[in-house]
Amino acid sequence: MNKYYLGVDLGSTTSKAVIINEQDEIIGRGITNTRANYSVAADIAKDEAIYNARFSILKKKLEAEIKSNPAYSKYINDLESVFQYEQFKIRLDKLGEELLKTCYTFFKDAAVQEKMIQHLRNIRKAFKPVIKHEYLYNNLGAKNQFFRDIVSEKYNDEVNKLEMSLFEPLMTVWDKSISPAENQLITFNFKELVEKAMDELREKYKNIPDEVMENTSVNFDAELNLLKGNFEKVYETLRVHIDEIAGLEFNITNMTGTGYGRALLPFPQECIRSEILCHAFGAHAVFPDTRTVLDIGGQDTKAIQVDRYGLVTSFQMNDRCAAGCGRYLGYIADEMSISLNELGPMALKAEKEVNICSTCTVFAGAELRELTNLGEKREDILGGLHKAIIMRAMSLLARSGGVFNEFTFTGGVARNPAVIKYLSELVKENYGDQIKINIHIDSIFMGALGGAMFARRNMNLSLPTGKAETA
Amino acid sequence: MSNKATEAIKEKSMVIQKDMLANLFHELSKTKETGKKVVYTFVPGNLTELILSFDMLPVYPEINALQSGMRKKSASYIRDAEKLGFSEDVCTYVKCDIGMMLNGNIGPTGEKLPAPDLLLLSYTGCFTFMKWFENLERLYPGVPVAMLHTPYQEDGNITPEQVEYMVKQLKEDVIPKMEKVSGKRFDMERLAKMMVNSAKAEDLLVKILETAKNKPSPIDAYFAGVYYIGPIFTAFRGTDEAVEYYKELYAEVTERLKQGLGPVTPEGELKEEKFRLVVEGPPNWTNFREFWKIFYDAGAVIVASSYTKVGGVYDLGFRHNPEEPLESLSKYCMGCYTNMNLPQRVKLLADYVKEYKADGFLINSIKSCNSFSAGQLMIMREIEQRMEVPVGFIESDLVDPRYFSYANIKNRLESYFQMLEQRKIIMAQEAEKVM
Repeated sequence: MNKYYLGVDLGSTTSKAVIINEQDEIIGRGITNTRANYSVAADIAKDEAIYNARFSILKKKLEAEIKSNPAYSKYINDLESVFQYEQFKIRLDKLGEELLKTCYTFFKDAAVQEKMIQHLRNIRKAFKPVIKHEYLYNNLGAKNQFFRDIVSEKYNDEVNKLEMSLFEPLMTVWDKSISPAENQLITFNFKELVEKAMDELREKYKNIPDEVMENTSVNFDAELNLLKGNFEKVYETLRVHIDEIAGLEFNITNMTGTGYGRALLPFPQECIRSEILCHAFGAHAVFPDTRTVLDIGGQDTKAIQVDRYGLVTSFQMNDRCAAGCGRYLGYIADEMSISLNELGPMALKAEKEVNICSTCTVFAGAELRELTNLGEKREDILGGLHKAIIMRAMSLLARSGGVFNEFTFTGGVARNPAVIKYLSELVKENYGDQIKINIHIDSIFMGALGGAMFARRNMNLSLPTGKAETA
Repeated sequence: MSNKATEAIKEKSMVIQKDMLANLFHELSKTKETGKKVVYTFVPGNLTELILSFDMLPVYPEINALQSGMRKKSASYIRDAEKLGFSEDVCTYVKCDIGMMLNGNIGPTGEKLPAPDLLLLSYTGCFTFMKWFENLERLYPGVPVAMLHTPYQEDGNITPEQVEYMVKQLKEDVIPKMEKVSGKRFDMERLAKMMVNSAKAEDLLVKILETAKNKPSPIDAYFAGVYYIGPIFTAFRGTDEAVEYYKELYAEVTERLKQGLGPVTPEGELKEEKFRLVVEGPPNWTNFREFWKIFYDAGAVIVASSYTKVGGVYDLGFRHNPEEPLESLSKYCMGCYTNMNLPQRVKLLADYVKEYKADGFLINSIKSCNSFSAGQLMIMREIEQRMEVPVGFIESDLVDPRYFSYANIKNRLESYFQMLEQRKIIMAQEAEKVM
């Protein structure tokens, strides 16, 4: 039987899970936001990683076919996306129940109750097809990652269309309902959902128009027709394989928990590892020549030096000040009323970097407003803010001993393009052009990956005990 | 474990030390009746034998401050000093000491400490010491001050000219002031006789601390080490009592060594030595037990530390010498740990890592202490590169509880211990691969 290893990284903002096989290859990734309690977050992330693992095993099984027919790969990605939609629908039903419950307890007047429930129904009716479409056509983009984010954006849009007097009560109902809905651990029936997803996909491809539209390019349309035709052809083969992966048992041989919530995990003591070790080990596994690791997480920043085995030789940590961590960006996004994922791209448009003096997250909000009042452009202020974060990281790196080749950047903040821009500039400026900077697409999963790798390597091992010897 | 777990287990030597200290503080509280004169002075580069040879009694403000920290009194003392205008950034030993004075100068045994008859500043490597005594001079108007300017070991050695310069200061300033305050003539023979005792105790201390070279170490050279250095670094160097104390302690430690026992912790004997560490920097005093517990719970033993060398780096060979009493006092002042230049400190610590077979090197960086904290990041980097051992860095303070963040320190130390543990696991796997 195949052996799998699980790493769970419970961060302050998101919880990540990674499953690897005996060859240290990532076969499953799962991520959720950590608004839920840590043990629910760990379970959700783990379940997600297992679903994802099934899809990657499916891809592996079809490796030969995918080579000869690249469309296969697209079908599987589509299938996973629609599968996620099926999960989403179930959680949306839970949210619906919570919203109703809240309405009944919150509004005492029957007429008001009825009115609010009607509004909630309309809201749901309005956004459900939009979300379905986004899932089906992969239009969700990077900005909507979690259930809460996806639904809240749409909910807000719909509420804003209604009259002002409804805003307050509808938002209150939302606030009271979202967390209970989000924090429920739902066990999904993989086979059932994936079958539903297959049917949805079949519909999707069937409905692709046969005729060439005037306003679409010939190439694009030809591609669509090809997809459509092929899907029918592979449908049956795909089903056989899906039955197989749905029945696959995931034997997690060992696991490691890491991150801020690690002490709260129901794992035995020896299965818990510091996130410092895990980030370093994960980063080193992906980029074996890594010597310096910078991890900017939600609530701390770490500069880590590693040796050729990926073992930490020293680290410096900012665990006192939020300015310089992911939370700082979250706070700024809130202050500017934009989504976290829009910050980086907006900062990239800066023509200059406004000097940000505040070394405090909370006061940065005041400074931001001051600068706006002085007529500074939002983009330029954001440019300055991003640079300020990196300046702090540079000082931490210097404290830890500097940057050695190669340099790997991990953590959720590594997804922000403006952060990457300023980091690259400043690393090269301070440590020379020769430094190779690594940023992996899975940078947010590095801690969980390192954890999973420790789980594999620490199997059946006990520490060598020191024998008595006399000096 | 029984509910007596919180009760510290005391060795015989600890009881002896406790009595020695109790007697001293009692004697200090009775100076009005006995007419004995009191000298306030500091631990690094102290001239204890000289003070005792005039039948005067020494008081060490920084020891009082650390005692206040351990007795949970420092927070309010510091607050009172800050009310008086001392900034948040001033050394917390100073503020704690000033606060204690403002509150009646009650010492660690609950008895009142006498006012100083002389302020003896024998070590100038720490500028805060100078400022500290400037403040004390104001608090005790008219008190005479003797200042011995101690040259820093800029070039990493002590030259004959430097010794000559120090002896000159002793002869022309310090000794005449002591004669005046005590009303007694300086007695070189008496001083020399005490130095025979000093050297005996110093020999024993070195032997005790070096037992940590064994695996497992019978002692913790930091958390227990701070107790071991107590008598010799303070009022007892040169006395018969100190020699007796170190004889007893050495007997205890050699017995533990013979039996192959690990160090004694407040919760009993450490069963398994998992990690051996060299530590740089003073410990935190306000949460001393909690801090220590993080280490012994993980099986981490400190085998050598720089802090236990602040009152003399005797393992490098220096001994007080009855043949040249004033010269050796001078060399002693210049030889203390914080008076060594940074390359010397790095070499000392690197040697410790090697000689004591340490798995790692850890720094507890103290917000308050400039003499210690300056250069620590450089020291850490050097040790990491030269000795190829994992290094760790934590931050706390001497006696200001506001700067001891248990969660942060525990998180960092846990990560550090896991670094050491993981290294053992992976290195064992790598070794297997080679075989």
